[in-house]
Amino acid sequence: MSVWNFSYAALGLLLAPLLPGIVNRTKAVFAGRHGQPLLQTYYDLAKLLRKGAVYSRTTSWVFRLAPAGGLACVIAALLLVPAGDYAAPLAFPGDLILLAYLLGLMRFMTVCAALDTGSSFEGMGASREVQFSALTEPALILGLAALAYATGSFSLSGIFGGVTRPDWLQVGPALVLVAAALLIVFLAENSRIPVDDPNTHLELTMIHEVMILDYSGPDLAFILYGASLKLWLLGALLANIFLPLSGRSGPLQIACLVAGIFVVAVVTGVIESVMARLSLLKVPQLLVGAAAMSVLGFVLMLRYAL
Amino acid sequence: MNAWTDIMLVVLILTTFWLLGSSRLASCIRICAIQGVATGLLGVVGGGLSIRVAAISLAVIVLKGLAFPWLLSRALRESNTSHEVQPFVGYVASLLVGVVILGLSFWADSCLPALSHVASRLVAPVAFALLIAGLFLIVARKTAVNQVLGYLVMENGIYTFGFGVVREIPALVELGVLMDVFVAVFVMGIAIYRINRTFDHIDSDQLTLLKG
Repeated sequence: MSVWNFSYAALGLLLAPLLPGIVNRTKAVFAGRHGQPLLQTYYDLAKLLRKGAVYSRTTSWVFRLAPAGGLACVIAALLLVPAGDYAAPLAFPGDLILLAYLLGLMRFMTVCAALDTGSSFEGMGASREVQFSALTEPALILGLAALAYATGSFSLSGIFGGVTRPDWLQVGPALVLVAAALLIVFLAENSRIPVDDPNTHLELTMIHEVMILDYSGPDLAFILYGASLKLWLLGALLANIFLPLSGRSGPLQIACLVAGIFVVAVVTGVIESVMARLSLLKVPQLLVGAAAMSVLGFVLMLRYAL
Repeated sequence: MNAWTDIMLVVLILTTFWLLGSSRLASCIRICAIQGVATGLLGVVGGGLSIRVAAISLAVIVLKGLAFPWLLSRALRESNTSHEVQPFVGYVASLLVGVVILGLSFWADSCLPALSHVASRLVAPVAFALLIAGLFLIVARKTAVNQVLGYLVMENGIYTFGFGVVREIPALVELGVLMDVFVAVFVMGIAIYRINRTFDHIDSDQLTLLKG
């Protein structure tokens, strides 16, 4: 356990709010606009933390618990993600299942809080969120299972430390399939464009934005910060697959991975600029397609391992 | 293990999944064309390129990648019918069936004795999966165009199996099979046209209403 094991998680806590800024800046460049400052999310967080929260009379403790609980879940999940060779601070066999469940718990809290407000509008968003996440989770778990099988380790740290350059030459097609499935999971979990539009406030299309409409002040700050941490977390998984850095020096690995996460953010911005949001009926097809790719990746890994 | 063969086989499977999940007939035809080209390339990237293999591959690419899609798009354009697939089994359910088919074919392959001289260990299971998925497409879709596409997917499966397992198929047999497929697609194109002329739609399930 060295300082590098913790530095990555600390960097995540510090730099995560940059990611929405990078995505927005990429979209602005594509649209020919100047765009928000890169640090906009930091300003937003600072502003929101100084304000007071307003609670509706119909809400209960569930509504107040959700933002802090969700943030706690995603920070705990962040401690499970390794950086190249450096094991995560909380690495143990089976932590990939804990990761999926921490993300699930975070979603559960948001959904409960949305239902707690008693607004039919938020109930609609909650129902969509649950429907789509039920399809996303198999893709995530099966993709991680395929990687676990390929590297023979059942811990995220072992898996991502184990993806090396020879692996890419040998099981390349399977890794590409898993990475593509995880990219779709990344977009769906972070409510990005093919699945959900983070900018829209049109009632019929929102998923994530609609569930947090009633929050204000520090609670909204927690949710915004949690969302950018989730972006960082899943971006880190993708960067870890694509950058087989095993055996390099510590600072280089960390720097490459952080750069990789920023690249994932830029790619997200590009996808959001060139694609339209899918209609709600098409989204399950995309997500089941991602799950199918995960299954295919898993089957291929099994076959290569024989 | 030949990496390029594997990539082509993965493309075959992915296009099959894509076909199971897409709703527009025109895009289905395009996906089928991509699959046809991938099938043709399978022979080229397999290594040991002889003139015979090159000629068959070229014939496959031209027929499945250009001729069939053109014929089918023309039939589709001239029939002023709905351009939706109209499935009996929904798209998500079809994708899930596709996953089950994939699992089944890998399981079936593991039950068979190992084939010698196989270009890649994925050849047999991928070919099985294409065969069954093609059959599934034929029964699960209403429009005649989609049944032709399902038939083509099946044929791609047979071709894949042939090329992966017995590379030395006599050219005459291979060309004969291609000719059969060509005639079948041609006849189906005419059938689509006739069904459309007579009934204003190309739903093959309504053919049972036909009375003399």
